[in-house]
Amino acid sequence: MYARKLYNYPGFSSMNPFNEFERLKRQMDALSGTFHQGMPEHRILSAGVFPLLNLTENKDNYYIRAELPGIKAENMGIQIVDKTLTISGERKIPEEGDKITYHRREREAGKFSRAISLPGEIDSDKIEAQMRDGLLIVTIPKAEAAKPKQIAVN
Amino acid sequence: MAETKNLKVKEKHELQNSAEQTKPGLVFTPDVDIFESETDLTLLADMPGVTSDSITIDLNGGILTLTGDVKPWENADEKDVLVEFEIGKYYRQFTLSEIIDQEKIEAKLENGVLRLTLPKAEKARPRQITVTAE
Repeated sequence: MYARKLYNYPGFSSMNPFNEFERLKRQMDALSGTFHQGMPEHRILSAGVFPLLNLTENKDNYYIRAELPGIKAENMGIQIVDKTLTISGERKIPEEGDKITYHRREREAGKFSRAISLPGEIDSDKIEAQMRDGLLIVTIPKAEAAKPKQIAVN
Repeated sequence: MAETKNLKVKEKHELQNSAEQTKPGLVFTPDVDIFESETDLTLLADMPGVTSDSITIDLNGGILTLTGDVKPWENADEKDVLVEFEIGKYYRQFTLSEIIDQEKIEAKLENGVLRLTLPKAEKARPRQITVTAE
């Protein structure tokens, strides 16, 4: 996974011949200048809806993370219906006064709403969400029945 | 006021054509707004996940460099189910044409957005020149 590359496990890359291929592909793309022009195979399973989400799990919880810089917690809402979680809100960029001239304006304001279906049964009463440094982290406990159980072999 | 539009997905831009990094990992360029008033130049940069102790702002010879590190945010026992975005460092450089009063630079990081106020040096501020007729 791409997120893993940040920590670059040594020894792992040499074991995987596809990493070498991926590297070559990136270089080719960079050369032809098409790297960022929405190559569908580069983005794995993106729903194309803001915000992009990463979903992970461990034995007790699902975790949903999203990058939402500049969005205050009070301008955001999270809803759960059955196994579908909806994250919605609005990003506001305040006016900076009239006596200014912009050199660059890349940051965007607007509304968003994104739904994601969780792959397993969950305990919807104990969902927790927090915003930290522009990151949203939603912790969704798995339902007791969906947690893995150790079965002792006699 | 105009109707609020819906936010669209924007790919994070991976840094291209710069010197090689000493540490491995992905590097992204943050989205910025830069605007100017008579007295200041203000820069706003979206750097989600960056904390005040992991950000470096450097102004040297008219070149402003922003670097932000993102700490690993997953617990070791988590497995990926769906990965739509990648995380990495942030890096961006700007050449400033104005003369900046280095002593008075202010930086604030709030909700993953950096706000950098660069006050213009006294001599770089616009002055009204009155033309006097003889």
